[in-house]
Amino acid sequence: MSETIDLAHAPGPRKLQIWRGDLTSGELVEYELETEPGMVVLDAVLEIQRSQAPDLAVRWNCKAAKCGSCSAEVNGRPRLMCKTRLDHLPADQPITVEPMRAFPLIRDLVTDVSWNYRVNKQITPFTPRENLKPGVEVNAKGEFLIDQTDTDRMSEFRKCIECFMCQDVCHVLRDHRLHDRYYGPRFMMRMASLDMHPLDGVDRLDQIADEGGIGLCNITKCCTEVCPEGIHITDNAIIPMKERVVDQRHDPVLKLLHRTPNKGRIKPPPRSETPRL
Amino acid sequence: MSDGGIEHHDYDVLVLGSGGSGLRAAIAAAEAGARTGLVCKSLLGKAHTVMAEGGLAASLGNVAPEDNWATHFQDTMFGGKYLNNWRMAELHAKEAPDRARELEHWGAVFDRTPQRTMSQRAFGGHTYKRLVHIGDRTGLEMIRTLHDKTVHSDVEVFMETTITRLIKDGERVVGCFGYRRQTGELIAFAAKALVLATGGSGRIYKITSNSQDCTGDGYALAFEAGAQLVDMEFVQFHPTGMVYPPGVAGLLVTEAVRGEGGILRNKDGERFMERYDPKRMELSTRDVVARSIYTEVKEGRGTPHGGAYLDVSHLDPDYVKRKLPSMYDQFLELAGVDITKEPMQVGPTCHYFMGGVKVDPDTGATRVPGLFATGEASGGMNGANRLGGNSLGDILVFGRRAGEGAAATANASGAVSLPAEAVADARAEIEGFLHGSGTENPFHMHRELQKIMGDGVGIFRDEEGLTEAIGKLEELDARVANLRAPSDRLDYNPGLQLCREVRNMLTVSHMIARAALLREESRGAHSRLDHTGYSDYWGEHNIIVEGTGAHDMSLTPTPVVKRDELEELVEARKEAEKAS
Repeated sequence: MSETIDLAHAPGPRKLQIWRGDLTSGELVEYELETEPGMVVLDAVLEIQRSQAPDLAVRWNCKAAKCGSCSAEVNGRPRLMCKTRLDHLPADQPITVEPMRAFPLIRDLVTDVSWNYRVNKQITPFTPRENLKPGVEVNAKGEFLIDQTDTDRMSEFRKCIECFMCQDVCHVLRDHRLHDRYYGPRFMMRMASLDMHPLDGVDRLDQIADEGGIGLCNITKCCTEVCPEGIHITDNAIIPMKERVVDQRHDPVLKLLHRTPNKGRIKPPPRSETPRL
Repeated sequence: MSDGGIEHHDYDVLVLGSGGSGLRAAIAAAEAGARTGLVCKSLLGKAHTVMAEGGLAASLGNVAPEDNWATHFQDTMFGGKYLNNWRMAELHAKEAPDRARELEHWGAVFDRTPQRTMSQRAFGGHTYKRLVHIGDRTGLEMIRTLHDKTVHSDVEVFMETTITRLIKDGERVVGCFGYRRQTGELIAFAAKALVLATGGSGRIYKITSNSQDCTGDGYALAFEAGAQLVDMEFVQFHPTGMVYPPGVAGLLVTEAVRGEGGILRNKDGERFMERYDPKRMELSTRDVVARSIYTEVKEGRGTPHGGAYLDVSHLDPDYVKRKLPSMYDQFLELAGVDITKEPMQVGPTCHYFMGGVKVDPDTGATRVPGLFATGEASGGMNGANRLGGNSLGDILVFGRRAGEGAAATANASGAVSLPAEAVADARAEIEGFLHGSGTENPFHMHRELQKIMGDGVGIFRDEEGLTEAIGKLEELDARVANLRAPSDRLDYNPGLQLCREVRNMLTVSHMIARAALLREESRGAHSRLDHTGYSDYWGEHNIIVEGTGAHDMSLTPTPVVKRDELEELVEARKEAEKAS
């Protein structure tokens, strides 16, 4: 990832094979273009769009690896096109660029990722615990008092830019198409960041286990491997939550505690039947 | 509901734009009981706010207990060279702390002090350590928090929907028209109040830190609807954008790099800010640092790729990786540079529009009934130059106010409907882009426009260059009616998208170039080579732009909007600056 690159050499022409088509049919179409030093895949795709294929559909926005719009499968691996340099890819073969496969295709490189937004809407938002302790958890101005160590722990997951590439490679979603039973790594991570918030007052365990379907993750760590933010999704978010689910659900004492009302944590409100976005 | 192939919707308040100000406005409108819709040009959560890095300026006083709203107000006024709308600068300074705390209550997570309160970092032009932050991705934290709050509020979201026209009934804005990008299906919205939260227009320049979406849509739509715009000549060039490799030229290098101790040097190793602003050095205001780097390069002391060196290699590498993680990744991935070991090369990049739609500070109302504006789409708060960290405060303070203002108007209003003729007009425009007889390619015209603006209306300006640029823009006016998408397909057609955006950008470019020509002085972000000093007259006047089209654009100097009760604070700062 960080190998030294000779930026000064003239890179010359490259071939890209871009997937063109919609739900009914499609194929890889080859384009050739002149490249310049440091060019990323998105630069190449946009240059092809400008000069050779003006109706080429591609979703992008910031071109700075911050918005997570331009996810695609480059040489078979999910990548942000804006963060993938041509000279990091083998020079002796065409570069293939294809849409993500875990989501319905719209056209060319653009997929319908709206399912992710529907899942997000089902997750109970952060809700501060009632009766926060003055001077310990909240100050006189109403500002939260939180340790930097807690912040760092949550912050790893909040780095997520929602490129949805972890969802794209998740076997549960990509191969088994269990979108109705598993929220996917992105939203396991979201639930983990909420669950770790020291002042959150929602008991999230049932949602993590039941609607969220954490049990379906079989820890192949594919999600972690493709995360452009380097978030340890499996090790730091999913595994600790899996352990907690097992502990709470199978330890008879904890199970009893878990079912005891008025333990300070509130139940999430029932989720809307038809989440709309 | 669908009518003649047009999908129809009806709201009390419709917000255009899903960056920080749009989301905050939508949340406020929904909380005020208005049926609220939110239109995003991209997917939700992808708006340009995600690019904000350094922090949110709010005088919480957590790190510097002596900080207060009055000092923040004075800093903002000084940064804006006293052209700011005083009331906006006041409201911002007073309300930003509450908005920051509110975000925490909605789940935002910021870096902490040892006392476990929100930490605050130094930034250019701020007297005290004032910027609430999380590493160098504060904008992402804010947008994710607001995005989650919005989807759990009663707001209906239309993603990947482009608005091409505001629709008026008589003098009043009653809705808008556009299409869904995924399918090309036409869509019309009736709304009792409409909030423009469409951001800036950085894409009129080739070298810009701005997202693809930043095409000045709101400025052009508001202008066409009869609103006034203010301060359009003031375009902020952020001092530090990447300069190499070519594909990433313009990409933002956060001011937090300097806030955390980064040092600027020229190719001779000289810390050149000593010559330009020995007091504030690297943390001088953005206009000063940008001009300094530009001047070093122009006078032959630039780096191999035409910038200045920005160095943090003297800092502890672990500290750099913790405080500036995205900068570390960005340079390593895209430029092959390890910033903990070697300096970055940086140069100015178009970053922010101080100008925008003129609004009532308290409510965000424009002079057009039913039309509101907020965030970067509105003007006045920042005067001639914005301080870093003030935009993230701005979008929260005035996003909320515009949402509430729009809801109040909507709640007091009867039903509105879209005049059929206006809808037919709007539809004809889109169909013209797809099936008309035009031959102008929007991709090519966009490049031409960027060249005109970069050459003639950049960081340094003069009468000759501006006059030439305006002439070339007028040539584009004659051709813009002939824009046609290279493909006529409806679904996800990038050429169709760019047709209307190029028209918007051309309108915005006219405003900037003409206002820049009129303002015969150098102030804040506006630097005239032929008028290098301050002018007493212009120090008391903003330029208001209004009209009915590019051919009928009038510019009027108008006295700065002051407030008696703030006079003392402003005079005190002016005296202090003179004394130093």
